[in-house]
Amino acid sequence: MKELPANQGVMIECRGAGFSLNGGAPLVAGLNLQIWRGETLVLLGRSGAGKTTTLKLINRLLEPTAGEVLVEGRPTTAWDPIRLRRRIGYVIQEVGLFPHLTVERNVGLVPALEGWEPGRIHTRAHELLRLVGLDPAQFASRRPHELSGGQRQRVGVARALAADPPILLMDEPFGALDPVTRSEMQREFRTLKGKLNKTIVFVTHDLQEALRLGTRIALLAEGRLVAVHPAREFLQASEPEVKAFVGALGGWDEEEQPDRMKH
Amino acid sequence: MGVLSFIFNNAREVLELTLQHVTLVGISMLLATAMGIPLGVLLTRRVALRRWVLGGANIIQTIPSLALFGFLIPVPIMGGIGSRTAIVALTLYALLPIIRNTYVGINGVDHAVIEAGRGMGMTDRQLLWRVEIPLALGVILAGVRVATVISVGIATIAAAVGAGGLGMYIFRGVGMVNNQVILAGAIPAACLAVLADFSLGWAEHRLAVK
Repeated sequence: MKELPANQGVMIECRGAGFSLNGGAPLVAGLNLQIWRGETLVLLGRSGAGKTTTLKLINRLLEPTAGEVLVEGRPTTAWDPIRLRRRIGYVIQEVGLFPHLTVERNVGLVPALEGWEPGRIHTRAHELLRLVGLDPAQFASRRPHELSGGQRQRVGVARALAADPPILLMDEPFGALDPVTRSEMQREFRTLKGKLNKTIVFVTHDLQEALRLGTRIALLAEGRLVAVHPAREFLQASEPEVKAFVGALGGWDEEEQPDRMKH
Repeated sequence: MGVLSFIFNNAREVLELTLQHVTLVGISMLLATAMGIPLGVLLTRRVALRRWVLGGANIIQTIPSLALFGFLIPVPIMGGIGSRTAIVALTLYALLPIIRNTYVGINGVDHAVIEAGRGMGMTDRQLLWRVEIPLALGVILAGVRVATVISVGIATIAAAVGAGGLGMYIFRGVGMVNNQVILAGAIPAACLAVLADFSLGWAEHRLAVK
């Protein structure tokens, strides 16, 4: 496994991690992976490759049935699950905003659970809405059903960032958006992650998205990790699984993508 | 209209019986709600209990109401002649719709919302009080509404065990073969049912989340 520049410790580590449901066929098996502080690691793979399962092993929505997953050096099973999850922002494709709460209260939920005082929650929620490009004056008091899909996902991101967690897990956050909104969100995400310095684990099945957003890309297939490469080197990787994944999308990616990655 | 003049001429008695009727239904509904909602919540947490609890409530529901009132009379503590028996029976009847709607309402909350809440580090209790119950409230209230309307009807039979209520007129009217007297009980009872349905329906509409 290639190391990135020093000064960056390991934030998340999977050691032979595996998960199977009620002793059935494993959804993830023998996963060895280190995720570095401050990087954006993309988990790439087709549906059913075990990407979401891997994410859920990190915030202990699932517990490994084999091996272990360490967050900040401690196995997830040794963490209090509530404390662990409060340190990890979680964004999912369906967003999962609370429909009975306003945008502001959705964003301020984790700070409220953490017992912040109302004034501070209010300030923080507005600050975050501006950060994700939503004018608080216009959006803070709206309900989720009064937002477009893209706006909802922005609120989802703001909510995940609310208590300033060092880790962010994103499960196909832009997967349900139309292509134009998606690429707009991807562009903003790149700017945002530069400002925030978070450790981000990003799940997608979209190769282009992985190349655009990832520091490194980990390819999963049938519950196993088949390759991890810096995003820039991913298309040149020699593993047959990588070639197959890239090849399945047509040759144009290989010619076009390296240029786009330069800026 | 003979019925209306009968009601006006006996206004004091009609009012008294109506009040008894409302009290019987009110107390039973409070008890049924206080037991039914927690039971419904429990079923969402312990799926294995579902068959037993819903099955039991279903069986109670199939017992003809007059028979249930009769069965309860010899039962110590709960039974006897009077309003206590009626309240126990009405509570039992009201349980099923409340338990079932609570269970269905909470299970029907969007899975993504629960997943997001859990992933954000909400405890089970926070998830229940801040997310599941508020989002299921419309469905739960619909159960309370159905239960209340059923209870208003069944409470007319409470007169048979000496618990009073508008059933007094109905039983008296049947005995006298006098439709006016029957209607003097039936019409206010029907009005109560409509009123309960309307007001709880309004609350349900107000509290349901889009």
